[in-house]
Amino acid sequence: MTLVKFLFGLTTLFWGVAGHAIEIQTLQSKDGIPIWLVEDHTLPFVALEVGFDGGTSSEPQEKRGVTNLMMGLLEEGAGDLDAQGFATTREELAASFGYSAYSDSLSVSARFLTDNAASSIDLLRQSLVAPRFDQDAIERVRAQVETSIRSREKDQNDIAAWSWNGTIFGKHPYGTSQDGTLETIGALTQADLKAAHKAALTKDRAMVSIVGDVTAQQAVSLVDRLLGDLPDASAWPLPNLADLTLDAGVQVVDYPTPQSVILFGHKGIDEKDDDFFAAFVLNVILGGGNFENRLMTELREKRGLTYGVGTSLASRKYSDLIVGRFATANDRVAQAIEVVRDVWRDIAENGVTADEVNRAKTYLTGAYPLRFDGNGRIAGILTGMQLQGRAPEYVDIRNDLVNAVTPQDVSRVARRLLSEGALKFVVVGQPDL
Amino acid sequence: MRLLMIGLAAVLATVSVSLAFEIEDRVTSFTLENGMDVVVIEDHRAPVVVHMVWYKAGSADEQPGVSGVAHFLEHLLFKQTKTLEAGELSRVVAENGGSDNAFTSYDYTAYYQRVAADRLELMMRMEADRMVNLDIGPDDILTERDVIIEERNQRVETDPGSLFREQRNAALYLNHRYGVPIIGWRHEMENLDLEDALAYYRTYYAPNNATLVVAGDVDPSQVRQLAQTYYGVIPPNPDLQPRERPQEPPHTSPRRMTFKDPRVSQPYVMRSYLAPERDPGDQRKAAALTLFAEVLGGGQTSVLTQKLQFEKQVAVYTGAFYSGLSLDDSSFGLVIVPRPDVSLEEAEQALDQVVLDVLDAGIDPVQLARIKRQFKASDIYRMDSTEGLANSYGAALSSGLTLEDIHAWPDIIQSITPEDIIQTAKEVLDINASVTGYLLAQEETDQ
Repeated sequence: MTLVKFLFGLTTLFWGVAGHAIEIQTLQSKDGIPIWLVEDHTLPFVALEVGFDGGTSSEPQEKRGVTNLMMGLLEEGAGDLDAQGFATTREELAASFGYSAYSDSLSVSARFLTDNAASSIDLLRQSLVAPRFDQDAIERVRAQVETSIRSREKDQNDIAAWSWNGTIFGKHPYGTSQDGTLETIGALTQADLKAAHKAALTKDRAMVSIVGDVTAQQAVSLVDRLLGDLPDASAWPLPNLADLTLDAGVQVVDYPTPQSVILFGHKGIDEKDDDFFAAFVLNVILGGGNFENRLMTELREKRGLTYGVGTSLASRKYSDLIVGRFATANDRVAQAIEVVRDVWRDIAENGVTADEVNRAKTYLTGAYPLRFDGNGRIAGILTGMQLQGRAPEYVDIRNDLVNAVTPQDVSRVARRLLSEGALKFVVVGQPDL
Repeated sequence: MRLLMIGLAAVLATVSVSLAFEIEDRVTSFTLENGMDVVVIEDHRAPVVVHMVWYKAGSADEQPGVSGVAHFLEHLLFKQTKTLEAGELSRVVAENGGSDNAFTSYDYTAYYQRVAADRLELMMRMEADRMVNLDIGPDDILTERDVIIEERNQRVETDPGSLFREQRNAALYLNHRYGVPIIGWRHEMENLDLEDALAYYRTYYAPNNATLVVAGDVDPSQVRQLAQTYYGVIPPNPDLQPRERPQEPPHTSPRRMTFKDPRVSQPYVMRSYLAPERDPGDQRKAAALTLFAEVLGGGQTSVLTQKLQFEKQVAVYTGAFYSGLSLDDSSFGLVIVPRPDVSLEEAEQALDQVVLDVLDAGIDPVQLARIKRQFKASDIYRMDSTEGLANSYGAALSSGLTLEDIHAWPDIIQSITPEDIIQTAKEVLDINASVTGYLLAQEETDQ
């Protein structure tokens, strides 16, 4: 929901192999929907994750918020069951379903026992192909979204995130919250929700990962049953690349609180760029991933200016930024911003050491097997890969790509990418500047 | 509709027999000669290990006047020791592809690393070192004190909900240290010094006050050998006292408070009752309260949601909270977030009425069966997360429970009847032992 989650979420999209092989079987439903399967019969349950490309960014802007509201209503009544009936049946099965909307994709996840896999899939299917959008359910969930919109208007982190996004992305969907505004969601009708359902959850945008106690044959028939009755193709075109407005300097948003939240950054790097992995290593040295990085050392360890600082390569589908975040007392904001500027300038001018690069590489490559340690986690990772357009083989070469990065590469990309003069800061609080 | 549900419940009850899945088979435990308890949880699905040391000391074990010192010390344990430089432990963990952190609660302080299974020995060497070899001076602590104050700013001062919680807890506990925030009161944090931190360290950081939890792709006999090598050689603290902290007197008066803050966007009402916790060999009341919280507030089909969100439509959110994991008296909580056109007074009345109706009419056995079945399934689902398992064992063992208590808990939950729940709930929901708090936006009252 907040930018912060988004920033740190992104780093989990990258991993590689270190001796721990998981076997990914690539299958297809009868309609050609890709299915990645990892069989593991240790525990008697299955984790399933369906990703739909597109997300809330592809909805019509005058209906801002419709996809998010639609996703929130899928489990509020489907087929013969009203909201309570649906929840009761799901609880009887001891299954759990999740429906999430993101800017570039939608996700439906499920966890169910092997014992009643068929009944669980049938129920989940109802919510995907036959949601009811009952008027009372619409009003109830709309009220919840309105609550979250109102709280966004007063929450310091949300104010920071949307001041940042709004000024940088302007009219691109990245510039506004997918919750919509009180005006846009207040005007949404049942017909709007039905249209969104038809356009956003379609076979041509779907990709599936399944992990756990299930065979390949079962996996395919399960997906056929689950998604076979969705529309073939989406009527919503995918969005265009964002035009960025990146004015350097410090922008203050007044907010009455003792501690300011600061977002900072500038233009980033495309995932397909030849220097992307060098930039990836650079980010770890600068402020990503763990305690040992330049910004954490200078801001927290040496000066006690913050509880935590992090940076991230926000290489999203329709824009590339490098961004960071920290919080500090109002009277220390000016000093902290100077420290960030110094670190930025120093690393761009003087590069990095071979030692730093080696540490970052061992960290990145060693962390890989730790990520594949649960059915639910693996399913999420695999769908993330599919949405990014990666091949399953990527897991076999990813660490090689990291290991191939040299200190010269990182220093070169630091010079190319990092520009202290281009840094934009958004400060939400009452800083002494 | 109800008949149909009963039919379905009966079918499911027979299915659930095949779910008997014994976590006990994967757990090994032993105690080193110096008194350090060790628990090993095996999970060989991935070559990963979680290594945790839990100290049976948290913020509620602090002396008056130095609130926050337990958490401050937790930060200082990442500074230098006699053999490690400041920050070296975290750096080595990261260089080995792992992650590490620590956390402080009322009843415990825990340190953990998650790393490739073949790095376990390295983790033990470093963790054992900082149990007794911390080597810091007065200059080392000043920067870190700024960091914890920024942490308080970030977690508490900027969040009206957190400030409200501090005030409610302080009002709920008349005598126990649970009424003092874990992170500390700001004015006391600002004066924490080296001697405060070291006094706490010398008292509580010792093998006979710690539990080692190792979970993942490991062999228990290998863990025993490594634990003996690194932790087994540390002498116990002979002066360690039994954990007897100031307890609550009888509560004889309801407390009410109104907290106003201009940053509040959504007013709500929160009620907390003092409630018994899980005690060794005596967990039935806690089990009844755990289920009662689910009956009232566990999702879409819970009573509060059904009555207040679906039927009366006075609330956008309702909830019920209880955690039995606590060394001393815990609390049972209710919350209602009203719709914009409903006042907090109306919301509170509606909430009270629903709870009274439940106490009067009893628990729906079909709903209870459904909840119990979900508890059973959760015993399977939770095995998907080694880290989560390690956490739940460590927290329980540091909150006064034994392995037997942990393993008995699922059956105790299944054995609780609707009558057990009502009886315990009537005992616990005593308005004289409660705090009712209103959280409000400042401007609403200024008009």
